[in-house]
Amino acid sequence: MVATTADPRPEGRTTGSPGAVGAADSGTVLDPARALLGTSTVDDVSLRRWLRALPGVDEVGAGARAAALSTRSIKNAAKAWALDLTVRMTDLTTLEGADTPGTVRSLCAKARRPDPDDPACPQVAAVCIYPDLVPVAVEALRGTGIRIASVATAFPSGRAGRAVKLADVADAVRAGADEVDMVIDRGAFLSGRFGQVFEEIAAVREACQVTEGRGDKGPAHLKVILETGELATYDNVRRASWLAMLAGANFIKTSTGKVSPAATLPVTLVMLEAVRDWFSLTGQVIGVKPAGGIRTAKDAIRYLVTVNETAGPDWLDPDRFRFGASSLLNDVLLQRRRMAVGAYAGRHHVTVS
Amino acid sequence: MPSFEYAPAPESRAVVDIRPSYGLFVDGDFSPAADGAALKTVNPATEEVLSEVAVAGEADVDRAVRAARSAYEGVWSRMSGTQRGKYLFRIARIIQERARELAVLETLDNGKPIKESRDVDVPLAAAHFFYHAGWADKLAWAGLPVPAGRAEPQPCGVAGQVIPWNFPLLMLAWKVAPALATGNTVVLKPAETTPLTALLFAQICQQAELPPGVVNILTGAGATGAALVAHPGIDKVAFTGSTDVGRQIARTVAGSRKKLTLELGGKAANIVFDDAPIDQAIEGIVNGIFFNQGHVCCAGSRLLVQESVADEVVSRLRHRMAQLRVGDPLDKNTDIGAINSQAQLSRIVELAEAGEREGAIRWSPPCTLPDNGFWFAPTVFTDVSPAHRIAREEIFGPVLSVLTFRTPQEAVTKANNTPYGLSAGIWTEKGSRILWMADRLRAGVVWANTFNRFDPTSPFGGYQESGYGREGGRHGLAAYVREA
Repeated sequence: MVATTADPRPEGRTTGSPGAVGAADSGTVLDPARALLGTSTVDDVSLRRWLRALPGVDEVGAGARAAALSTRSIKNAAKAWALDLTVRMTDLTTLEGADTPGTVRSLCAKARRPDPDDPACPQVAAVCIYPDLVPVAVEALRGTGIRIASVATAFPSGRAGRAVKLADVADAVRAGADEVDMVIDRGAFLSGRFGQVFEEIAAVREACQVTEGRGDKGPAHLKVILETGELATYDNVRRASWLAMLAGANFIKTSTGKVSPAATLPVTLVMLEAVRDWFSLTGQVIGVKPAGGIRTAKDAIRYLVTVNETAGPDWLDPDRFRFGASSLLNDVLLQRRRMAVGAYAGRHHVTVS
Repeated sequence: MPSFEYAPAPESRAVVDIRPSYGLFVDGDFSPAADGAALKTVNPATEEVLSEVAVAGEADVDRAVRAARSAYEGVWSRMSGTQRGKYLFRIARIIQERARELAVLETLDNGKPIKESRDVDVPLAAAHFFYHAGWADKLAWAGLPVPAGRAEPQPCGVAGQVIPWNFPLLMLAWKVAPALATGNTVVLKPAETTPLTALLFAQICQQAELPPGVVNILTGAGATGAALVAHPGIDKVAFTGSTDVGRQIARTVAGSRKKLTLELGGKAANIVFDDAPIDQAIEGIVNGIFFNQGHVCCAGSRLLVQESVADEVVSRLRHRMAQLRVGDPLDKNTDIGAINSQAQLSRIVELAEAGEREGAIRWSPPCTLPDNGFWFAPTVFTDVSPAHRIAREEIFGPVLSVLTFRTPQEAVTKANNTPYGLSAGIWTEKGSRILWMADRLRAGVVWANTFNRFDPTSPFGGYQESGYGREGGRHGLAAYVREA
């Protein structure tokens, strides 16, 4: 069923098992989760036991591995390929309080033709915007194949009641968002209320399945933002990744971009290890989206190298890996131009969006 | 392009200027060997001859030791620690300034990947000089023995040093920096197959205007090293290399006044418990055995893994090994370079064949090796028993032997079941277990949740047949000062 409970379970509730998940009992998420956990109840206790059983992450070692991957030297044909792939993987983003239909239309135009001087330049994967502006993007991107990602669930803090969050999601879905970028309740996660986090993700996933009023669009894909900058440790990043995948995420995403640090290479590495291991456990493909703080083509290539050598070449695909970024695109375009003509163009040769 | 094929990214050779031939560096200048003998040094990745270097005979050794003695008595032992420190700081800075040149030359002569010579060997060599430069004027506070009537620890005199081919410049730095800081002068013999960075270091000594005779470099083979350690004018012998040669040196030096430190072979255990941070442990295993083609005396060549996670660890390890890029050492994306010499390659091949014959299961990822040069694919043996040769003998190549254990005590017993005792690694999230294990492992260095980490402040050395004496840190200085 779709979660209709207005309120997340209050702490200290004594009836039933604490944090027991009953909301999303349609079976699509809960049955496989029960099987993986090996329990009949998906609750705080069983989730904690399962998440704690994951191997730890050594912080120094993860940082060293990410630094080592950063020393790969990508040249010539490999670089050209990586730059085009970066464009195709970009979720071109504007998430400002000052956004207007005009700025979103301008962003959509940029998404369609990132480099107006170069018809060979691919278009981006998606635009990422607030839910109330989704109708504008639907209009501007009709027929392009560019997807519309909408943040939801009281983005970026996630501090609102369940009903408000689900209404936020329903709004975006009804308006035609192809992808929903939800935030997890970090407070609940950090205080060990894993059942609540699980239930909320599962409920949002349910809400994403609604296709009424979406024309010929299918269900929306769900990206789950972990906000790794607030989770603080890599152990938490690993556990939150597994929790999100268990609850039905299609993608796991690092950050809202509103908290520092946003995406980092070691955090992305840990998440890529999680999707790799999830795939070998369940056969399900989950995508990864680092967002925020990736500003240069050089950074983007380091992420692609990390994808290639962690999750594997199959993940070098916009359906499995995305960059959440705004300024990154222009740096990539400048690098593409340099590779084409052999000289650097100035910033004014690429368009602002 | 269907997948991410990294295009070749070769480092340029243009930064190095290799002379067609080199003499011996004695008393501040290059000169030919007295008998004109020479040997060729080749690039092990291509078998191309890089240069010809003089082979020092007994007469040359004698001349070098005399030059070192006269520099010791006339200049270096009279100089204040502050002044010695200035020279060492200067050398350290020049190493940094010429880092690219040194890295490329090291890779050409040794076969190690440029990313390792660039990111490990050369920066660490500079760090050793910086570290010891700092000690030079503070020896009175180092807690070292001070002879009666003196205010400061006193140098031994002339140090004869023989170093191996696996980290040519870095081992030179480990030897030369503490010797000079404490006021000794040196005669150093680099390995037969890797003399070129030592000769470039000789040029750096000239550039730093180090007084002539303080550092002398004699190229040559085994006979040169034997003549050097046997020379009566030597006060202190320091050797890094194989246990066999170490034994010969100990015999030669026995009964003389010479002080001796030996850093010899190893067969380190890398111990992985079931609660280890698994992804980092895999990196540590790979770094432990495949770093520098496994040509590392402290390499983690025996993987001891807890039975409950053995299958998972081995399958993840194989997956990770398939990512290793073997090939042109000058390519910045190469992870595993060339084996240093035909002789070493033959030894690795022989031991790997013995492993198969004795019943262990051999696996290597699919990889194409270049046609020329000396190459060996990264290899892992499973089902290894402690009685197998590959579990007992130092292979000194990219070959890992996997053994299993069930309890911490069994891990200690198996880890210590070796005549060596240079290093060990422990992988667990449990701090108390790390301390418990480290207390019981007979190894000079114990790494916890990491492997093959080096720092000039940290003493390095072995137990049992891995040698005696320490290098690095305050302990390393003790080897170069007189007993009180």
